[in-house]
Parts: sequence; structure tokens; C-alpha cells
Amino acid sequence: MSEPIRIRAQLQGEIADIRVLMHHPMETGQRRDESGKPVPVHFIQTFSVKLNGQALIDGQLNTSISRNPLFAFKAGGIKAGDKLSVQWTDNTGAQRQDEITVG
Amino acid sequence: MELRRKLLKGGVSATLLAPLLGAGLLTPGRVLASEWKRSAFTAQNAADALTRLGVAASAESREIEFKAPEIAENGGKVEIEILCKLPNTRSLLIIAEKNPMPLCAELNFNGKALPYARVQLKLAETMRIRAVARTADGRNHVAFREIKVTLGGCGG
Repeated sequence: MSEPIRIRAQLQGEIADIRVLMHHPMETGQRRDESGKPVPVHFIQTFSVKLNGQALIDGQLNTSISRNPLFAFKAGGIKAGDKLSVQWTDNTGAQRQDEITVG
Repeated sequence: MELRRKLLKGGVSATLLAPLLGAGLLTPGRVLASEWKRSAFTAQNAADALTRLGVAASAESREIEFKAPEIAENGGKVEIEILCKLPNTRSLLIIAEKNPMPLCAELNFNGKALPYARVQLKLAETMRIRAVARTADGRNHVAFREIKVTLGGCGG
């Protein structure tokens, strides 16, 4: 089981700053481990950020995104009590979804 | 072998998903929304990646605010920040021109999301990064930043 996605939303007037940290190895498939064995490619391919179930951001990623990547986004129309959720799917089919209530 | 490679490289082909669609186990919207654009992401140069996404000529734009470090000591984590001030920007593409697979990310903005993103990239070497913004009128706009990398990020 993967670690939870860390989601934070900070309201700054009309616009909210959204920060998302996805725990994932984001392996390129080009690296070798200590014993010289190739480390299989393993990375997040798609993700989405939703506000109260409605799409805000849909993204597609490549192996060139950093390990445990941190993303920041901005959106209007977010208020305290709203639900902000993030979901990702990686190349092995593994998925993770987490949700916060905006404070 | 080719099929096995495809499966190993991640995702499941549309052909394999088709029977599930028919059985009502998956809704088309969900499948379409999440289908990874393999041909664009595995393209080995920026021009091919853009062609495969259907992006033709892009005009250079000062309305794309693009912040990136001039020098990155560690190519494994280089943070860039893009804010597109063009009205009706629908998506941003991030392209690291000299990476083995240059297309890094495609971000689509819906509802009240601003066309803004801060993203962390792996860069193989010193190179130019391209941010392409696609607006609702079908036009494409581009901005560039050169990042000098002292330690490449693809091996680690």
C-alpha cells in the first residue's frame, strides 16, 4: 500500500494555493540497483485533482517527473468546507486516492 | 513480445479494455479521461512529441511567465513554475528538450483552476525547457528557459 497523498489548500483571498505531494518512486527504468540489476520502470501516468467531485486539473506524467513529486496549482472558487481530492494511477495499474476538507 | 513489452511498460491497451466497456464495467468517460498518451510520452524528440499531440506551430509568447533556476546542481529535482496569462488557456505541456523522452507532463485545467503549475523535473543534462500553452481558440503559445545542470538526474 502506498503512502497517502499529502494535499494542502491555502486560501489567499479569491485564489487558493493547492499543494500536492505524491509519494512515488517515479523509476525511469534506466537505473540499476546496488547488485547491478535493472530497476523496473515504475511511475505515475495520470492524476486528477477534484473539487467537490468536479475536475479541476487532469494531468499526465512521464518518468522524467521527480521522485516523490510536489506539485502546486491555483484555483478560484474554493471555500472552507470544500472537499479537495487527488487520485493517481501508475504504470502498474496501482491507484491511490486521498481527500481533504479545506480548512 | 511486443504485447508483453507494452503491458510491462504500463497501462493496458484500448483493445484489452474494449470487452470491459461492453460489459458496462467501465464507463467510456473514465477510460478516455485516464488513457495515458503513450505515443507522445515515448517520443524521442520534442518535435515528434508535439506532432503526436496534434500541436502544430506555436508562437512565442511573453504572456507565459516561466520561472526556472539558471543553474541546477541536482538534475534529479529541478523545480519550474509556469503561469500562463493568456485568456482561456486549457492546457500546458512541459518539454525537456534533451531528455531521452522529452515530454514531461500535460496538464489540463478545468472549472476555476488557473493555468498555473509548479512541477519538479528530472533533467539529464543542461538543456532548454519548453512550456507550451494551448488556448481554447486552438492556438499554441510557447516560452523557453535554459537550465544548466551540473549533475544529471536520469541515472539517479
